[in-house]
Amino acid sequence: MNAISDDLLTQCMHCGLCLPVCPTYALTGLERSSPRGRIRLMKSVMEGKIPLSDAFVEEMNFCLDCQACETACPAGVKYGELVESARVFVDEQRKGFNLKRFVLRKIVVRKGALRLVARVTRFYQASRIEKVVLGVLRLFSRRLYNRAKLLPRISKEFAIDVLPEVAEPKENARGTVAVLTGCVMDVFYAGVNRDTVDVLLENGWRVAVPQDQVCCGSLNAHNGDSETPKALARKNIEVFEKSGAEYYVINSAGCGAFMKQYGEILADDAEFAERAKRFSSKVKDFSEFLYQTGYKKPEAHICKSTVYHEACHLVHAQRVSAEPKSIVKELSGNEFHELNEATWCCGSAGIYNVVRYEDASKLLDRKMKNIKDSGAEVVVTGNPGCMAQIGAGAKNEKLDIEAVHPATVLNRLYKSGKI
Amino acid sequence: MINDNVKKKLKEIFGDKGFLDSAEDRISYSYDGTPVISALPDAIVIPASVDQISALVRLANDEKFTVVPRGSGSGLSGGSIPSENSVVLLMNQWNKVIELDKNNLTAWVEPGVITARFQSQVESQGLFYPPDPGSAQICTLGGNVAENAGGLRGLKYGVTKNYTLGFEVVLPTGEVMKIGGKNMKDVAGYNLKDVLIGSEGTLGIFTRILLKLIPMPAFSRTLLAFYDSIGGAAETVSAITAARIMPAMMEFLDNPTIRAVEGFSRLGLDTNTGALLLVEVDGPRSAVEEDAVAVEKICRITGAKNVRVAKDDAEAAKLKAARKSALAALARIRPTTILEDATVPRSELAVMVDFISQTAKKHSIQIGTFGHAGDGNLHPTALTDERDHAEIKRTEEAFDDIFRKAVELGGTITGEHGVGLTKKKFLEELYDSPFVRMMETTKQMLDPNGILNPNKVISVMPRCEGALPKSREQIESIMKRMGNPSEAYI
Repeated sequence: MNAISDDLLTQCMHCGLCLPVCPTYALTGLERSSPRGRIRLMKSVMEGKIPLSDAFVEEMNFCLDCQACETACPAGVKYGELVESARVFVDEQRKGFNLKRFVLRKIVVRKGALRLVARVTRFYQASRIEKVVLGVLRLFSRRLYNRAKLLPRISKEFAIDVLPEVAEPKENARGTVAVLTGCVMDVFYAGVNRDTVDVLLENGWRVAVPQDQVCCGSLNAHNGDSETPKALARKNIEVFEKSGAEYYVINSAGCGAFMKQYGEILADDAEFAERAKRFSSKVKDFSEFLYQTGYKKPEAHICKSTVYHEACHLVHAQRVSAEPKSIVKELSGNEFHELNEATWCCGSAGIYNVVRYEDASKLLDRKMKNIKDSGAEVVVTGNPGCMAQIGAGAKNEKLDIEAVHPATVLNRLYKSGKI
Repeated sequence: MINDNVKKKLKEIFGDKGFLDSAEDRISYSYDGTPVISALPDAIVIPASVDQISALVRLANDEKFTVVPRGSGSGLSGGSIPSENSVVLLMNQWNKVIELDKNNLTAWVEPGVITARFQSQVESQGLFYPPDPGSAQICTLGGNVAENAGGLRGLKYGVTKNYTLGFEVVLPTGEVMKIGGKNMKDVAGYNLKDVLIGSEGTLGIFTRILLKLIPMPAFSRTLLAFYDSIGGAAETVSAITAARIMPAMMEFLDNPTIRAVEGFSRLGLDTNTGALLLVEVDGPRSAVEEDAVAVEKICRITGAKNVRVAKDDAEAAKLKAARKSALAALARIRPTTILEDATVPRSELAVMVDFISQTAKKHSIQIGTFGHAGDGNLHPTALTDERDHAEIKRTEEAFDDIFRKAVELGGTITGEHGVGLTKKKFLEELYDSPFVRMMETTKQMLDPNGILNPNKVISVMPRCEGALPKSREQIESIMKRMGNPSEAYI
């Protein structure tokens, strides 16, 4: 049995400084929906003071795992690790069929299965079926209709299929970087993967796209599965080592955050512990990498009002904030505006907006209000989930706002396309 | 436990949504920011009106249960930890600023407004609310008034009571009382307002608060000085005071804290530094610049081995980083962090800090001390593990010595955290008995049934409904305290 670590739990001094930054506490105002409250509930369950109740499971799932509390915590409590191990604990204690688990373990992590589903969905979106389905849903269930409507368009072709395994820059390469194309990113935003590769090439890097790469494992890890991610991590370590790259550049905040943790999750693995540590030390977020290694400043500027939304798994999990912000400021010049509550979760949170649509919508409303107040037309953000969520928010409210990845901004500006 | 009949009545008052009693909710309100101690409430209620609060208090008197008010639960002396037979009264959703009066420089607020949010709201209007407790990001103004909270700016600007002009309060009998107003002078009757401020939830429940604001200081300057020993820093503090300079802030860190900060945030501090002093002066530009030069000179004369003066706000923020991360740096070292607030006259600062470090050695525990040098308010912070009972016992013994020494030096057992549960014993032992008796009488007079946050600050008559004493010693100690045993069990 995987218990929740008592050492990690005891590190919490229940000072309450996590409360003002917690999105779910802001929704209910109740202590049980705060990081401090959840930690106390976990401790009580582990000590046998309360049973593993539905209410407990509900609180663990209500949490977005945005880790804003970790940034605020003076005592360095590893809350993300705690809530993830609580979900593993719940999962082990409560067997039985679970649709979420089935989808994550049997579809998302299997490239063939994921693509099959994506292709069927693409066909569904291209045909008239989507319109008919939406029409029917609209009549019978406003809730399902709203959800179905939010589905972003599936990419026309997946980047991993069209990008070469190794691409050379025009001039002598500064070095080799390897790129993860990701699951969500490639299914919905294959263009961002192509932009990532283009921008890296433009900056003089040789770019490898290892063809045998697999899902990073984060979606499973965040949803109560501790074994699948380890297997995926081992596979990715082997595949990326073979690429010979000096850096692994990740354009999806959630994937980057998790791959930086490979060293920790495989710490007890005799064969992989050292390799995993080395792997994690090479992982860089796209913006972090460009900022640290230097990048070519494009001649053109974004000529629309621009804000930067900080993806939770960048700002809180990876503590990468100043780097992307500085790039976005540089690219938008006078058009840059501060976004109020930029570090608040937009409600996307992996698959949270799918499995907990109502809660996610409340957080999205809060985010959209701040975006509208800022007057932004362009929202730059480094995570596909946030792009989809904010994009859906704009579509819902019929706003002319584009949610766009820094790689896309740079690539368009390099090609002097306007934004 | 309160019975089902009472629960039914509570639901009638607060509705199903305003009444919580699940195991999960009771656990979530069993603690506050205080280390080690906790207790389960029987239920939690969320009021929507003053009438509901008044009805709750009346019911508590009729049905003999107790009421424990709670803001954000960030207190450090156990003030909002539930008592026996208790219902937690949750005020955190009363979070509106009702009125900002720019002509009188006052604000009416609800008690659940978060202190830092209120500060930034008034600052956006060029106004200033100086009380600045370390937990400002989460603590509530109601909690601040109930604890008479202090913070970093106490020396020059004072504490919460200096900015509390009045309030509306539900008394322990259920009556609603308004006291004070927008007058800067008001001597009508006894100063009972100040009896309720800092009463730690034992004499009344604040439902609306009137606060005083001042204009925002125009300019400020920050400097950081490094010393070989705490004695040098203390000398600087005395010399600055003697030079008739009143800094907005004078904060210090001792050597164990400096080492923890450097280990955690790598600011490039010399870990052999004995003490570090952060001084901020504010006011009109010309005066501030003059003061800053004078302070720098004083630091050097009194033995600072190095002084850094911030040129702009960005650099000031960097200098303040060391002080700001003091608690975070210490808290990471061990699982349990016990933050105390023994306070001495500022002339005794060095004596007290030295005593604390000797005491830590004597009891083989780890203590880092930082705090408000300007007003002598120290934060000796013990780093321990609540699962190690022997070490917790040694820590308690060390604090026992520290509080006694503070009082011996003419100081106090608590500068800003309050007495609550954790320091009650010291209040009863170390302070004049007429003072303690006067408090007991006040509590008994205002709250005859002992329903409001009982057994905090002071203990009064145990009641039949509570837990009965189990051992002979317990009974004897109660009888000794009561003086008149015949009244103890009516």
